[in-house]
Amino acid sequence: MHLSRLFKYTAVLTYALLPFSAIAADVDSSKTLRLATTTSTENSGLLQDLLPYFERKTGYTVHVIAVGTGKALRMGRDGDVDVVLVHAPAAEQKFVDEGAGVKRVKVMYNDFVIVGPADDPASVSSSTSGIDALSKIAKSQAIFISRGDDSGTNKKELSLWKDAGIKPQGDWYREAGQGMGKVLQMSAELSAYTLTDRGTWLAYQTKSPLKITYEGDPILFNPYGIIAVNPARYPDINSAGAEALIDWITSPDGQRMIGSYTVAGSLLFTPSADTGHVAQEKAPAGAAH
Amino acid sequence: MESLNSATFDAIRLLATGDSELWGIIGISFRVSTTAILISIPPSLLLAFMLANGRFPGRRLLISVFSTLLSLPAVVVGLTLYLVLSRQGPLGDLRLLFTQSAMVLGQVALCVPILVAMGHSAFQAADRRAWETARTLGASPLRALLTVMHEVRFGLFAVLLAAYGRIIAEVGASMMLGGNILNYTRNIPTAIALETSKGEFSQGIALGIVLLLLAFGLNGLLHYFQGKGRFAT
Repeated sequence: MHLSRLFKYTAVLTYALLPFSAIAADVDSSKTLRLATTTSTENSGLLQDLLPYFERKTGYTVHVIAVGTGKALRMGRDGDVDVVLVHAPAAEQKFVDEGAGVKRVKVMYNDFVIVGPADDPASVSSSTSGIDALSKIAKSQAIFISRGDDSGTNKKELSLWKDAGIKPQGDWYREAGQGMGKVLQMSAELSAYTLTDRGTWLAYQTKSPLKITYEGDPILFNPYGIIAVNPARYPDINSAGAEALIDWITSPDGQRMIGSYTVAGSLLFTPSADTGHVAQEKAPAGAAH
Repeated sequence: MESLNSATFDAIRLLATGDSELWGIIGISFRVSTTAILISIPPSLLLAFMLANGRFPGRRLLISVFSTLLSLPAVVVGLTLYLVLSRQGPLGDLRLLFTQSAMVLGQVALCVPILVAMGHSAFQAADRRAWETARTLGASPLRALLTVMHEVRFGLFAVLLAAYGRIIAEVGASMMLGGNILNYTRNIPTAIALETSKGEFSQGIALGIVLLLLAFGLNGLLHYFQGKGRFAT
């Protein structure tokens, strides 16, 4: 009988797939918090270390969406997330000024470093400043890989070229349009220079043939800020959750955890919230990390 | 850089030791893709049957449209639905962006064209007399449809596998619509993309092996049914 056999097949197939199937249930939105952040905080493992404590303490579930700073701010502006944790002070200020965010709160900092091939063909390691380092790369036409993705690191890099009075273009300057990790991999494969945040670099250095060729200039300072998306603009946004996260991450507890987070024995970030145990945001001493 | 060998070895170790994060990601992949295909099957196959057997205006155009949609890049589906589901978009009030439901929607949009276009071809292979005979013998349309489906069951199984294979392996739409949130919307393909970008190649390879094992299992299932069919008829 055709039909009974068909039903048998259907039954077998259904049983095979059933354990995996469930109508995607949506979680309670008042207890869910959406955090748009940069790949540097997520890929370095910091948030996975920090957030479980916050979740246990407050009962919130934090959904982390890791993208570039530009896209994270866009998600905040569109009201698709509740809070953003990014690193591009100028763009953050603009975000607050136009009413998209409530207030920029300082969280922590690290710094950018210029990494490159171990034999350092552009002699970047003898540079006197960050600007000088980039000038040397441009002059020697050594390959430089740019994030090219409107991330915080990309914004920083472009502002450095501007300060150096150089319009980066030509065969040697390559825009990857990828995240930090991918760009470090590409730089390693192509023996190229690139600008990276120290956090991602520390997580990567053991896997990479590159080395730090320049560091320590205060101009390479990399501060992170957290901003709640403006509830006046989006009334049903989880602003209570956003405030709770900001309060916790800037509390002595949260700041202590940031300050003690290490990867392969190196500290990644220095806490810098006003309420934390480090009162002043100051430029890092570079190699001191 | 790690060699391919050690990455593969690590992958097998991770799978064997039941790394809970890894298995969680696998579970999300299966749940989302299975939900998507179960939602897509009934309307798609019905439409495919009508396109193969019905005669109505616009039929040829519809066939062309669904065949064209086969080449739709997943990331375009993701971007389009992202704009629709974003708070600024027409369906923003549903607050579906960055949920598993959004991923299901994206995958439905990806697998419906496969089910319709390839299902249409599968139904065309059926002898039209099967439908007519069943109807003449007094079968209801639904029952007659089931008879025809039984006639072309091997073709239909292949269509289901192709559709399931596409959505379980696609990364573009899931990444944009789900946001790659750990323990919630991170599935096998987005996890592979993430682990690769982090340089954690062994995790990436492990997840790739899981996908291959799944494909192997599904193909085995198909062959099992095909084998049965050959001996039974």
